[in-house]
Amino acid sequence: FLSMSTNTLYNDQGGAEAAVEVGQESTPTSSGTAAGFGLFSTDFKKNEDLKEMLESSKESLKLEAMKRIVGLIAKGKNASELFPAVVKNVASKNIELKKLVYVYLVRYAEEQQDLALLSISTFQRALKDPNQLIRASALRVLSSIRVPIIVPIMMLAIKEAATDLSPYVRKTSAHAIQKLYSLDPEQKEQLIEVIEKLLKDKSTLVAGSVVMAFEEVCPDRIDLIHKNYRKLCNLLVDVEEWGQVVIISMLTRYARTQFTSPWKEGATFDENNEKAFYDSEEEKKDQVEAKPYVMDPDHRLLLRNTKPLLQSRNTAVVMSVAQLYWHLAPKHEVSVVTKSLVRLLRSHREVQYIVLQNIATMSIQRKGMFEPYMKSFYVRSTDATHIKTLKLEILTNLANEANISTILREFQTYVKSQDKAFAAATIQAIGRCATNISEVTDTCLNGLVLLLSNRDETVVAESVVVIKKLLQMQPTQHCEIIKHMAKLFDNITVSMARASILWLIGEYCERVPKIAPDVLRKMAKSFTAEEDIVKLQTVNLAAKLYLTNSKQTKLLTQYILNLGKYDQNYDIRDRTRFIRQLIVPNEKSGALSKYARRILLAPKPAPVLESAFKDRDRFQLGTLSHSLNIKATGYLELSDWPAVAPDQSVRNVEVIEPVKEWAPSVGKAKPPKQDDKFYSDSGEDDHEEEEGEEGSESSSSEDSSSSSSDSSSSEGLSFCVCIWVNIPTFGPVKSHELLHHMTGKGLSARYHFPRQPCLYQPNMVAVQVTLTNGSDHSLEEIHIGDRSPASLNLHCFNTIERLEPEASVTVSMGIDFSDSTQAANFQLCTKDDQFSVSIQPAVGELLMPSSMTEQDFCKEQGKLLGMNETSATITLAAENSSSQSLSKQVLSVANVGVVSSSENNIHRFAGRTVSSGALVLVTAESRESSTALLTINTDKSIMASMLLRDLKQALAQA
Amino acid sequence: MIHSLFLVNASGDIFLEKHWKSVVSRSVCDYFFEAQERATEPENVPPVIPTPHHYLISVLRHRIYFVAVIQSEVPPLFVIEFLHRVVDTFQDYFGVCTEAAIKDNVVVVYELLEEMLDNGFPLATESNILKELIKPPTILRTMVNTITGSTNVGEQLPTGQLSVVPWRRTGVKYTNNEAYFDVVEEIDAIIDKSGSTITAEIQGVIDACVKLTGMPDLTLSFMNPRLLDDVSFHPCVRFKRWEAERILSFIPPDGNFRLLSYHVSSQNLVAIPVYVKHNITFREGSSQGRFDLTLGPKQTMGKAVESVLVSSQLPRGVLNTNLNPSQGTYTFDPVTKLLTWDVGKINPQKLPSLKGSMSLQAGASKPDENPTINIQFKIQQMAISGLKVNRLDMYGEKYKPFKGIKYMTKAGFIYINWRLLCSSSEWTLAHKNLY
Repeated sequence: FLSMSTNTLYNDQGGAEAAVEVGQESTPTSSGTAAGFGLFSTDFKKNEDLKEMLESSKESLKLEAMKRIVGLIAKGKNASELFPAVVKNVASKNIELKKLVYVYLVRYAEEQQDLALLSISTFQRALKDPNQLIRASALRVLSSIRVPIIVPIMMLAIKEAATDLSPYVRKTSAHAIQKLYSLDPEQKEQLIEVIEKLLKDKSTLVAGSVVMAFEEVCPDRIDLIHKNYRKLCNLLVDVEEWGQVVIISMLTRYARTQFTSPWKEGATFDENNEKAFYDSEEEKKDQVEAKPYVMDPDHRLLLRNTKPLLQSRNTAVVMSVAQLYWHLAPKHEVSVVTKSLVRLLRSHREVQYIVLQNIATMSIQRKGMFEPYMKSFYVRSTDATHIKTLKLEILTNLANEANISTILREFQTYVKSQDKAFAAATIQAIGRCATNISEVTDTCLNGLVLLLSNRDETVVAESVVVIKKLLQMQPTQHCEIIKHMAKLFDNITVSMARASILWLIGEYCERVPKIAPDVLRKMAKSFTAEEDIVKLQTVNLAAKLYLTNSKQTKLLTQYILNLGKYDQNYDIRDRTRFIRQLIVPNEKSGALSKYARRILLAPKPAPVLESAFKDRDRFQLGTLSHSLNIKATGYLELSDWPAVAPDQSVRNVEVIEPVKEWAPSVGKAKPPKQDDKFYSDSGEDDHEEEEGEEGSESSSSEDSSSSSSDSSSSEGLSFCVCIWVNIPTFGPVKSHELLHHMTGKGLSARYHFPRQPCLYQPNMVAVQVTLTNGSDHSLEEIHIGDRSPASLNLHCFNTIERLEPEASVTVSMGIDFSDSTQAANFQLCTKDDQFSVSIQPAVGELLMPSSMTEQDFCKEQGKLLGMNETSATITLAAENSSSQSLSKQVLSVANVGVVSSSENNIHRFAGRTVSSGALVLVTAESRESSTALLTINTDKSIMASMLLRDLKQALAQA
Repeated sequence: MIHSLFLVNASGDIFLEKHWKSVVSRSVCDYFFEAQERATEPENVPPVIPTPHHYLISVLRHRIYFVAVIQSEVPPLFVIEFLHRVVDTFQDYFGVCTEAAIKDNVVVVYELLEEMLDNGFPLATESNILKELIKPPTILRTMVNTITGSTNVGEQLPTGQLSVVPWRRTGVKYTNNEAYFDVVEEIDAIIDKSGSTITAEIQGVIDACVKLTGMPDLTLSFMNPRLLDDVSFHPCVRFKRWEAERILSFIPPDGNFRLLSYHVSSQNLVAIPVYVKHNITFREGSSQGRFDLTLGPKQTMGKAVESVLVSSQLPRGVLNTNLNPSQGTYTFDPVTKLLTWDVGKINPQKLPSLKGSMSLQAGASKPDENPTINIQFKIQQMAISGLKVNRLDMYGEKYKPFKGIKYMTKAGFIYINWRLLCSSSEWTLAHKNLY
C-alpha cells in the first residue's frame, strides 16, 4: 500500500479524502480488489520478463511490453515497480511507444516522484519544439505529472504556453491551469493572472477551456468576465460543444449578478425595440425613461445568441440553454425551450432521466409550458421504473380541470401495470390529483375504493393510505367508505395499510359507532402478533374509543393498555403509559386529563399532498445538485437579481468598435459581413466576432510548421481566397468578397481598391468589381440598385446586359466615402434578383499619395502638432526590421507616398484624404532592439487612430 | 470534471479502469454495486448515485455499465452525453461494443480515452479527428502490425483539431466520389384496445455516408420542409440558412455521420401502417385462456411491411402457451412470460395470425392485468411522414459526385395497450354497485 500512503502525503487537495480511501483499500470489500491483488502475486514473474523486454534494443519488443503494461494498468493491477525501466523510453522516436510511456508516467509519477523527475527534461525540450502539437502534448503530460517539486517548472511552462501563437497550445495551457491548481492551490494568484490573459483570447478553441479553468480556480472573480462578456456571447456558436456547456452555465451566473430581473410586474419587452437599442444611444435613453423595465442589450445579446444552440445534437448543450432561459429570460419567452426538451426524451434512458427531472421542476411552476406535450409523458411499458415515476410526477403536475379526465384514464391503465412499485406510485398520484382539483375528488375517491378489492396487496395497501389522506381532507360524510374499509381489514396484511385503517376508524369513530368497538375487539385478540405501527394505532384507537364510548370499550382498552405496558418496544411502552395517564382518571392524574378529549380528538389539519419536486427549484436547473436534491461539492449558488443594475459600461471594450471591424489582418482578406461567418448568428448587429476569428486563424497559420496545417487553417468558413496582385508602385492589393456565389444564386462578386485616382470625380475612391457567373445559365441586366444611406454618392458601372456561365467581367466604380470607414451599402441586381452587398474600406484606402520633399514634410508636420499628433512605440516583428520591408508594410496598409529621407532610421510617408484632401503624414522611426516610434500627423484624429492601429498590427506581425 | 471511469460487466466485475486525475480506489464502485443489487432490472439502476466523497454517473449500453466518477458539481447530462459518445466511438472502432471487444483492444481503448479527455474535460470527441490520431484496428492491419511492428498510432499529427472545420479531416481523397443519405423514420405510437390511436409521433434521422474529395460544400433541400417540427443538427449544418431558407447547407465530415434528427409532431396525425386484431381472454374458473392475434397492412402505398416482430408480456399466471402461427416462428419464455413472434413479411393476401390456447396456473384466479402488445416492423423505400428530399448540390469542388438517397420506416414501438375503456363516470357507477 505504498501507493496509497504517498497519495496521502502529496495530495494536498484532499488529504482527508485520500485517507478515507486508504481505509477502504486496506480492508478490501469489493471482490474485484481482492481478486486484483491475488492475481498480482502470480503476475510477479511475468513482470520480470517485461523488464527484460523494455531493456532490449528492439523497438517492437519494447512496444509489446508497453502494451502489456497498459493492459495491466487497465485491469487496475499494480505495475509500479517497472517504473525505472519504462521511464527510460520517454524520449523514444516511436510515437506509439512514446504515448504509452506517457500513459504509464501519468499513472505512476505520483508514487515514484524521484524517478519521475528524470523525464522532466525531455518535456522541457519538447516545449520548445517548432511543432505546435508536440508543444501541446508535452505540456499536457508535464502538467499531468502530479509531483509537487515541479510546480515552478509547470508554472513557467503554463505562462509561456498561454502566450503561444498556436491557439491549440493556448487551449492546453488552460487545461494545465486546473491541473496545477489542484496540485498546489498556493499558486492561485499567479494562475488567475494567466486566466485573465487567456480570457482575452479570441480563439474559439481556447474559450471553452479557459472558462472551465475560471470556474475551477476563481469562479468568484466575476470582474474578469466584464470585458470579455460580449466576445464570449458572440463566439459561442462556434465554440466546440463541450465548451458551450461550460460557457453557458458561467454566463448564467454572470447575468444573474449583472442585470436586473426581467420578471418584474408590468415588465414589457417589445422585440422590435431591440434593434433600436443597438442603433443609437439617444433612442435607448428615451426608452429607459418611457418604460419601467428595459432589458439591458447585453442581456438580450446572451438570450439571442444562445437560442440557436437549442438545435444542437448535444443534449447537454440543449439542457444548458434551457436552464439559461429558465433562469434569465422574461417569463413569456421561456417556452421556446419546451420543444427541444421534449425532443431530448427520445434520447438514451439516462438522458431522459435527467431531462424529466428538470421538466418535473419546471412543470410545477409553469404548467402551460408542457401541457401541449402532455402525451409525450405517457408511460410506456418498456420504460425503466425511475423514468415511469418521473413521467407520472410530470403528468400529475400538469393535471388541471380540463385535462384531468384524460389523465385519470391514463392512470387507470397504469394501476394495472405489472410493475407494482409503479402501480403504487400511480395511486399516490391519483391522490394528489384528487386534492389539487376539487372537481374530481369524489371520482378519485370512488375509484380508489374500487381498487380496495384489487387482488394485489401493494395496490390495496397504497390505496388505503391514500384514501386515509383524502378522507382527512374531506370531513364530509364518508362513513360508507370507512365501513367498507373496516370490512376489508381482515384481509389486509400490509402493516401501513392496517395502521391507516385503524387511525381512520379511531378518528371518525363517532361516525361508525357500531363497527369501531368490534374492530378494537379483533385487534385486542391479535395485538401481540402485530407490527409496531399497527400496535401504536391500536392504542390510539383504544384511547379514542374509551373517550367516546367508554361503556362498551372500557375493558378492551384496559386489556390493550396492559398488553402494551409489557411490550418489547419501548415506544409502545411509552405511548401506553402516556395514554393511560391521560385518559384513565386516578388520583395522581393532573390537570391534563381534563383535556384528554380535546387533545386526542382535536380536529387535525389535513396533510398536504405535494410534489417531491416542490423545493427542487432552489437549485439551478441542469446541475448535479438539482438531480440529487442535495447541495453537491463545488455547487455555486445562483444569486438573486440585483435590485439595481451594476454599471453597464464595464462591459464596454476600450477600443472604439468600428476601428476593430475593419482592421484588416495582413494576409487575410476581409469578406463582407453576411458571408463572413456562416455558422454564426451574424445577421444582426455584431461587435467583434469577426476579428476574433481572424486573429485565431492568422496566428495558427503562422505557427504551424507543417504545410498541411497551413492549408487547413487557411480554409476558413468564409471560403474567401486571398488574391495578391503586385502593383509595383503601390505595393500589394487585396481583393475582397462582395457577394458569395451561394448567396448570389450563382453570381459572385469580388472587389479591390486599385489605388488609382478615380476617373469620375476626384473625391471618390476607385473600386474595381469583378463579377463572375458561377451558375449554369446566363445572367442578364446586372446593375446597381438602391443604396443606403440614400445620400451615398456613388458612380455606378454601366449595366451589364448579359453574363454567360463561367464568364467574368471587371468593372470600375467610384464611391465617395466622405473620409469615413462607414460601409457603402447598395444592391447588386440582376434581371430576377437583388442582393444586398456592402463595401467597407480600410482607412488606408481613403488616402491618396502626396508627393513632397523632406523639407515640406517637416514644415507641414510642424503645423500639425499637439492634438493633431498621434504616436506609439511598437515592437517590430523580426521580418519587418529592415527598412525596406518596413516601407513595404506601411505601403500595403495605406495608400501613401514615400518621402525620400536623409536619415537612415527615419521613414516618412505623405498622403491626402480623398474626399477632403486633408494631409496625413506618417513617420516611422526605427530604434534599437527592433522597436519603432510611429507618428501620425493629421487633423483627422479619428482616422489617425485607426491608421495607427492598422500599422501597428501590420508591423508587429510577420 | 470526470475523474475516473470504470467499466462494469453484467456480472458486476470491473474489467477496465482509467483515471484522468489522481487514482480513485475501485472500492468506490461498491456503492454502485449496492444500487445494482437493489434494482430489479439492469435498467433500473439510477444514473446518478451520490457517495460520501464522489458522485457516480453511469450509463448502461450493450450490457456494460460505464461508470464515471465525479468529484464536484457538473451538469450530469454533460457526463452522460460524453459517456454515450465514448460508446459510440468504441462501436465505430470495433464494430461492436462488447466486453470481449474492449478487452481485445485494450491498448486502443486506452489510447482513445487518453485523447478524448484531458484532465477530465473533453478534448477530441470528433470521430474524424480521433481516426487521424489512432487508426481503427482491422484484421489486416493487426496482422501487418504483428509482422512488421508498425503501429496503430497515426504517424502524422492530426490537423483537424486546428482547422476551423474541426469535424472534417483535411486532405481527403477518393477515386469514386459518393454521397449517400438514408432517411430513416420511426413511428412511436400507443394504441388502445379498440384500435384508436392515443399518441403517435414520428422520429426521423438522416444518416449520411459521404466520401468526397477535398472540401465539398453541400446543400440539401426538401420538397416539404415545413413537415419538420423540431430538428437538431450535426454541428456542421449552418443554422442561419436553415432558419432563413429551410435548406441544409454544410461541409460534411468524412465518412458516416448523423446529419439531422427531426420530429414530426402528432398534430400531423400519422396513419399507422399496420393494424392488429386481437382477442385474448381468460375465463374465470377455467385453467385455459384463448389467444388470437391477426396482423394486417394499412396505407403502405404498395410497399411491403417487413421484419415484423410482435412481443407481449403475458400475465404472471400464464404457465405455458400452445399457439399456432400461420407464418414465422414464435417463442414463449415460461420464466419471464415473454411471448415473441417473429412474423417476417406481411402478405396482404394471406394475413399472418397466431392462434391457440394458454394454460393457466390451476386454481389461480383470472389475471386482472392485461398484456400489452409491442410491434416492430420495417418498410423499405418509404418515409411514413412523406418527407422527400428535393435536391443535393455541391459547391467548392469541381468533380461530379454520385448521389444516393434511401428511405426507410421503422416502428420504434407500437404499443397496444389494454386500456380500460370506462371513463371516470363509469368508475363511479361501479363503486355504487358495491353497496
